[in-house]
Amino acid sequence: MKKSTMLGLLVLVIRRDLVLAMRRRADVLTTLIFFVMVVSLFPMGVGPEMDMLRKMAAGVLWVAALLASMLSLGRLFSADYLDGTLEQMMLAPQSLSMLVLGKMAAHWMSSGLPLVLMAPVLGLQFDMSVRALGVLIVSLLLGTPILSMVGAIGAALTLGLRGGGVLLSLLVLPLCIPVLIFGTGAVEAVSSGLSIASHLSLLGALLVLALVFTPWVTAQALRISME
Amino acid sequence: MSLDIWMRENPLTYVWFGSYAVALLIFAIEIVMVVRKRKITLQQVHLMRDAGDEE
Amino acid sequence: MAINWFKYSSPTTFYGLAGKMIPWFAIPAVILFAIGLYMGFFVAPVDAQQGEFYRIMFIHVPTSILSMFFYLIMAGYAALGLIFNTRLSAMMASAIAPTGALFTLISLWTGALWGKPMWGTWWIWDARMTSQLILLFLYLGFIALHASIDEPRRADRAAALLAIVGSVNVPIIYFSVKWWNTLHQGSTIKFSGTSMQITMQHTLLAMTLACWLYAIAVVLARVRSIILERERKTDWISELPEVKL
Repeated sequence: MKKSTMLGLLVLVIRRDLVLAMRRRADVLTTLIFFVMVVSLFPMGVGPEMDMLRKMAAGVLWVAALLASMLSLGRLFSADYLDGTLEQMMLAPQSLSMLVLGKMAAHWMSSGLPLVLMAPVLGLQFDMSVRALGVLIVSLLLGTPILSMVGAIGAALTLGLRGGGVLLSLLVLPLCIPVLIFGTGAVEAVSSGLSIASHLSLLGALLVLALVFTPWVTAQALRISME
Repeated sequence: MSLDIWMRENPLTYVWFGSYAVALLIFAIEIVMVVRKRKITLQQVHLMRDAGDEE
Repeated sequence: MAINWFKYSSPTTFYGLAGKMIPWFAIPAVILFAIGLYMGFFVAPVDAQQGEFYRIMFIHVPTSILSMFFYLIMAGYAALGLIFNTRLSAMMASAIAPTGALFTLISLWTGALWGKPMWGTWWIWDARMTSQLILLFLYLGFIALHASIDEPRRADRAAALLAIVGSVNVPIIYFSVKWWNTLHQGSTIKFSGTSMQITMQHTLLAMTLACWLYAIAVVLARVRSIILERERKTDWISELPEVKL
């Protein structure tokens, strides 16, 4: 009995959040545009020399993805917090961790996934090889959910605070550094000939860890913020 | 460039002024900060008490 | 024994105890610093490879190790505060944070100064320096979060959760940075020979102990101010001699 209702709850929350995100399409799009802009800034800053850009590509795309995710995380709980839905969610008998997991999943689908889909286009701007692009997409696919999940902890802790967005980034960015390192490392392994699989499996391991722990931790953080 | 040369010719001075003096300076600053914090906190408590006594 | 511990777990009793303990840590700290500095500059021999520059190690290594250790202790107090709901634990965590951050700062600065004669650049992205930088960010994040929340109870608990999440992350971060560094063929600090000269070891021990004692003294002093601030509306504060004047 428990399993079907938990899954049902998850789907319900995801569907709700996605519908809400679709209604505020502008938020989703602005995050994507930010991503594209930040990526484009780097060549403008360091010069158009293709050799250098090719080397930087993975790092630039990953850092931009990180920053874009940080921006979008503020939205994760704020809307529900402001209109009282969050309070209701916390009073509900259902598992708060499950609800949080649903929100994280919806957030990733509306923020992280578009980045993953956009990345190949931008990667071509940096003259990345097809193989490198492929690994990049996989690394982003594995990594952006982790960013959403770890970021959710930060979003929950900074609920309703002034200076929230920047503070959130300050708190969450150090925690996301391993994801950055393994994500870019995987792409670099393509050109250096080292093992791609080891980087990606480490990312996968972090993803599993995040899936197991972050919903519960975020739920605790929500309780702390809402008392 | 002259810093490099100076550094190699006066290693001990470099070590002393560059690192230890700075470290001790930071320690001194920290101590000053702690003492100040105590002073300010005591002042605040006084103000609060005085304001409370006037009622 | 258990009863004695809990007696001092209230801010009221700890305030007095902390005040008495401070000189017991401060004075030995000063003495050990003096001994350590003397040994570091006059007793420890010149290193075969690094000449006189290696002497920076005697302040760099203690502050690095302690900065990491203090983060774990801070997270430990934070966890205690969350689990047992003790106000004092949260206050201790807040008291440790600035000291830890400053130690990280000293570690980074002295590391840079050591790097310049060694590798020619002020900064090197090796595993340890990069981890220290990230540790500084973690400390600053803790302090920033606590400062951004007006309500003290929420501030304590939110920062505590952050500290715990951070401390769980520290091994992951360190491992990933080490991995990243070996991939990019960074260099590490090595000494002539595999084992350190005995005088160097002794100096290191003295300096580490000195830094530790200093830190305890400063943290105790800071927590007293924090207690004063938080408990300012209580009666026992009004009875204190320094408040009565």
